Amino acid sequence: MREPRVRRVDAGLLIKDAAKLVPNASRRAFLREVASLGALALLTGCDIVDGPSSEKALRVISQFNDWVQARLFNPNRLAETFPESAITRPFRFNAYYPEEDAPEVDEDRYKLIVDGLVENKEPWTLEQLYALPQEMQITRLVCVEGWSAIGKWSGTRLEEFLRRIGADLTAKYVHFACSEGYSVSIDMPTALHPQTQMTFKFDDQILPAKFGFPMRIRIPTKLGFKNPKHVIGLTVLNTYTGGYWEDQGYNWFSGL
Amino acid sequence: MTADRAAAARLPHHDVHSRYVRITHWVNALAMLIMVGSGWQIYNASPLFGFTFPKAITLGGWLAGGLLWHFAAMWLLLINGVVYLTVGLVTGHFRQKFLPILPAEVVRDLGAAITGRLSHGDLGRYNAVQKLIYTCILLTGGVIIASGLALWKPVQLRELAALFGGYEGARLVHFFAMSVIVLFLLVHVAMALLVPRSLRAMIRGH
Repeated sequence: MREPRVRRVDAGLLIKDAAKLVPNASRRAFLREVASLGALALLTGCDIVDGPSSEKALRVISQFNDWVQARLFNPNRLAETFPESAITRPFRFNAYYPEEDAPEVDEDRYKLIVDGLVENKEPWTLEQLYALPQEMQITRLVCVEGWSAIGKWSGTRLEEFLRRIGADLTAKYVHFACSEGYSVSIDMPTALHPQTQMTFKFDDQILPAKFGFPMRIRIPTKLGFKNPKHVIGLTVLNTYTGGYWEDQGYNWFSGL
Repeated sequence: MTADRAAAARLPHHDVHSRYVRITHWVNALAMLIMVGSGWQIYNASPLFGFTFPKAITLGGWLAGGLLWHFAAMWLLLINGVVYLTVGLVTGHFRQKFLPILPAEVVRDLGAAITGRLSHGDLGRYNAVQKLIYTCILLTGGVIIASGLALWKPVQLRELAALFGGYEGARLVHFFAMSVIVLFLLVHVAMALLVPRSLRAMIRGH
C-alpha cells in the first residue's frame, strides 16, 4: 500500500501503546478514521478504491476478460438483423467531440493507407473502394454508455478486403487509424466475421460526416466505440496497439 | 441460560448459520456493494429514467472505472454464488431451510411481524415470511445474473437476450432486479439491526 496508510498503522500502534496517556476523544477520533476508511472507502470510492494499485488490479482483470471474451466469441454467430421498420430515426450521433467538430475529409485527396502484414501495400482511393462488392445490414449498435440504436449500413466485408490485399489472416490484430486522431484495434477473428463491414453508406446515403465519411468500420459484434469513423489507415499486425478509449480504461475486446 | 442453549454453545456444529453460509453471505455482501455501486455509475452514463444516482454513492469515478469494477466483481459474485448454490443443494440446506413455503403460514407470520409478535427464539429456523423473501431474492439473483449476461453478450447469448425482449428489454429487467435487491437490502439490514443477535449469528455462527 501507499505511504499515508503505512503511517496511519504506525500511529495506531503508538496510540495502542500509549493508550492510557491519550485522551479518550482522540482515541475515538482515530478509530473513527479507520472505520471510515474500511466502510466508506468502498462506497465513496475515493482513496483506496480509485487509487493506482486497485486500478492496476482492475486492468489485469480486464485483460482476463479480453481472454474470456475471445473464447466466448463464435465466428459463425451472427448479430440479429432487423426489418427497415425497426430502424431508429433520427439516429443518434455520438463521439468524443461535438457534432459540429466532425472532421471534413476531402473526397478527392482521400487515400486508405494499408500497412503491416499485407502483400499489397498500395493505398486505395475512394473510387477503388466504392467499386468493391457491397452488402447491406440492419443491425443494432450498442454503445458502451448503455443505449442502443438500430441502423442501416452498407459496404464491403472487411474479410473480403483483407483477402484482396493479401493480409496475413493468422495475424492477431487489425489496427485502424482515423483522420481526427482516433484509433482502435480489433482481434483477427472479429475482423473476419461475416458482418464486419467497411461501411460507405448509412441509410442508403453516402456516409455523412457525422457518421464517419468516407469510411467507417461497422462491427455489430462489438460495442459502438470499437466501430471507428473516418478511417484512413489499416494495419495488420501481431503487436497490441490498444486504442483511444481502451488506453483510458474501456475494456479492449468489448464484444457483444 | 437454558440447558439447550448451553449445549448449543459447546457444539460448534449447532451453529445458527454454518460456516459456508456465513462466508458466502459476507463475500456476497461485498460483491453486491461493488456491483450496485458500479452499476449506478454505468446507469448514470445513459439513464433509463429521468434521474441519476448521486455521484457520491457510485463507484469507479467515471464510466470506464464503473465498468472495470462491474466486470471484475461479477467473477466474485459468480464464483461465490456457484459455491453457495452447490453446497446448499448438495447438503439439502435449501430444502431444509427454505421449504415448504405455505401460504397460510406466510399470512400468519406476516400478521405476527406487523403486530410485533413474531418469535425470534430460534434464529436457525426461518419463519414463513423469511422463507418466502429469501427464496424470492435468490430467484431475483438468478434474474439479475441472466439479464446481466444478456446485456454483456447480446449477440453470443442471443436467445437469452430474446427471453428478456432483446437488449433494451434486458436493460429494464436488469434495472428492476437491482431495485428489488436494493429494497431487500434496506429491509434486511434494518431487520438485522432490530434483532442484533441475528447479525452476530451471521458473523460468528451462534
